[in-house]
Amino acid sequence: MTLTAGFANPVADAQSCFRAVLNAMARPGRVHLVAGVTAPFPLCGAAAAVLLTLADHETPLWLDADAEAAGGWIAFHTGASIVTADRSAFGMALTLPDLTGFPNGTDEMPETAATIILQVASLEAGSRFVLAGPGLRVPAILTVTGLPTDFAAIWQRNHGLFPRGIDLILCSGGHLTALPRSVSIKDA
Amino acid sequence: MAYVAVKGGEQAIDNAHAWLAEERRGDIATPALSVRQIEEQLGRSVDRVMAEGSLYDRELAALAIKQAQGDLIEAAFLLRAYRTTLPRFAHSVAVETGTMRIERRVSAIFKDLPGGQVLGPTYDYTHRLLDFSLLDDNAAVSECATAVANSDVMPRVPDILGDEGLLEADVVSSREPGDLTREPLTFPAARDVRLQALARGDEGFLLGLGYSTQRGYGGSHPFAGEIRMGEVSVEIEPAELGFSIDIGDLILTECQMVNQFTGSKTVPPQFTRGYGLVFGFGERKAMAMALVDRAMRASELGEDVTAPAQNVEFVLYHSDNIEATGFVEHLKLPHYVDFQSELQNVRRMRQEAAE
Amino acid sequence: MNDSVPRDQPTIGHPWPARRRWMSILARSTAERIDALLAGCRPVPAHTILRGPEVGLVMTRGRAGGGGAAFNLGEMTVTRCTVRTETGLAGHAYVAGRDTRRAELAALVDALMQDPDRAAEIEAAVIAPLAQDQARYTAERAAKAAATRVQFFAMQTMRT
Repeated sequence: MTLTAGFANPVADAQSCFRAVLNAMARPGRVHLVAGVTAPFPLCGAAAAVLLTLADHETPLWLDADAEAAGGWIAFHTGASIVTADRSAFGMALTLPDLTGFPNGTDEMPETAATIILQVASLEAGSRFVLAGPGLRVPAILTVTGLPTDFAAIWQRNHGLFPRGIDLILCSGGHLTALPRSVSIKDA
Repeated sequence: MAYVAVKGGEQAIDNAHAWLAEERRGDIATPALSVRQIEEQLGRSVDRVMAEGSLYDRELAALAIKQAQGDLIEAAFLLRAYRTTLPRFAHSVAVETGTMRIERRVSAIFKDLPGGQVLGPTYDYTHRLLDFSLLDDNAAVSECATAVANSDVMPRVPDILGDEGLLEADVVSSREPGDLTREPLTFPAARDVRLQALARGDEGFLLGLGYSTQRGYGGSHPFAGEIRMGEVSVEIEPAELGFSIDIGDLILTECQMVNQFTGSKTVPPQFTRGYGLVFGFGERKAMAMALVDRAMRASELGEDVTAPAQNVEFVLYHSDNIEATGFVEHLKLPHYVDFQSELQNVRRMRQEAAE
Repeated sequence: MNDSVPRDQPTIGHPWPARRRWMSILARSTAERIDALLAGCRPVPAHTILRGPEVGLVMTRGRAGGGGAAFNLGEMTVTRCTVRTETGLAGHAYVAGRDTRRAELAALVDALMQDPDRAAEIEAAVIAPLAQDQARYTAERAAKAAATRVQFFAMQTMRT
């Protein structure tokens, strides 16, 4: 394995990526640009940046089979231990995994639920979904290529667990958006 | 209970802090105290601040002491606040005190233990008379004696007595220890969490509690089985390397208290142990910690829990001086509304009584 | 004391005992000293930084009773750095304290020590002198401690 660097400017890049994730969670579906990292194969820049920003020694991480190719880079830069889905704080996937396999928190401690970083083919073209919920004064439209056809139904089962449930960060190229568990999704 | 946001006082606060800075510096005709001087010449203060601040960094502890004008609890508070700004890279492999590079090692129960009794740089046997020669900043310090160090191993006392089964053995476990800095304290608290709390607990509080066990409040007739101080290596296993490496050294003080135990239904009569381990040269703290650790094992060993030091909740909820100072000192913050309502209550009660 | 062995940790069974040794020596050296010793070597290759140098914490652990279950004792500051030389070698450092320059130099020397063309030279000019410094310090402290070892002599019991 040949190691490559992480963020070009570790402090500033991580801060601006953190702000992007925060804004994406606050306004579900809105797309943000993140930069600063040369991503390792097969990750896109946004997914790599989110991992560098959020994962660390104390956040166990699950990788799907495709993301494992970047496992060395991720472990080196974040220090996160690689674990099974049911023990993870974060998941990194290139295909939507079974959301029920991750910790979804408890009513007392909903913050212990996992956050999944999902790399998708596009956040500009593809299937259209209508998002509604906290942070959205009027329903928003999300366009994605790379989600399963029954995604809205899968999501609603997760959303129904609120305040428990999985949060999703969608990444494509240098762009990201977020679907917090509080958002309700239907096909457009 | 309600708090009301009150504005104002900003100028007074700024001025107060400016005055504090001036007071901290003191008379400018006197040379300023350097952090390096504190690190070198107030080593026991540095040790205490590192232990109670739960952060091993001599320079930062010395800086905190300077900034706090020598108020050691304030200094520990500064260290605790600073550590929250840093990411945690790893946890260490458990340090091996058996291979400590010994600078002091004494046992009160075996005169001729292997490796011998090594006094180290101790205040024991001094007469506690003020040394007026230290008033002279330039007084020469005579060179201390050296002797040929032999390579005797210095086994820990449990390793010596353990063979006969007369001394309680350590129970090895591969369980991941709890961490007070990550999960809030819950009860019943296991011994790993108790030891962490004691290691960062207030020396004065633990000293008083330890003393209370000797005076009959949960007495367990302790002996100082062994006290050792010195340097141990710290090892971590970074995932990217796949093997363990040394990252440096810690100076630690370890105390093994040995206590009489009459036995119970399941355990034959034997000696039980209390354990103390603290950052730096902190013999008093390590001894007090070992006494309180043993006292808190009362229910585990089938003893009646009657004394404060045996009450795990009481000890752990009150041993942290940062928490204690926060709650005690918050009383000086504005309670104007609370007090007004109390005042009205008292007036009404007096009025009712008078009628 | 043999200064070629890390201070007290066993190397038996370690997958890379030689590297463990030089990393442990570098972890205990000052930036000024490493810098000064490197100055006496052939020029070092240019290097890029893959990670850090960044300051963080290691949670140190002890064992209940000295040999029982692990517990968290308290944290210590540590600085880590990873560099890659233009010759393609990656060097790592995790060193106690907050000196970023020291971590970078330790990582650089770790990379150089993995280069078969440079290892012997760096060992002789940098690692060996650092090891000697440390062995000297340890020996001095041990000698002072030895002087405070109590030599008991028993009082003859009086008999009439």
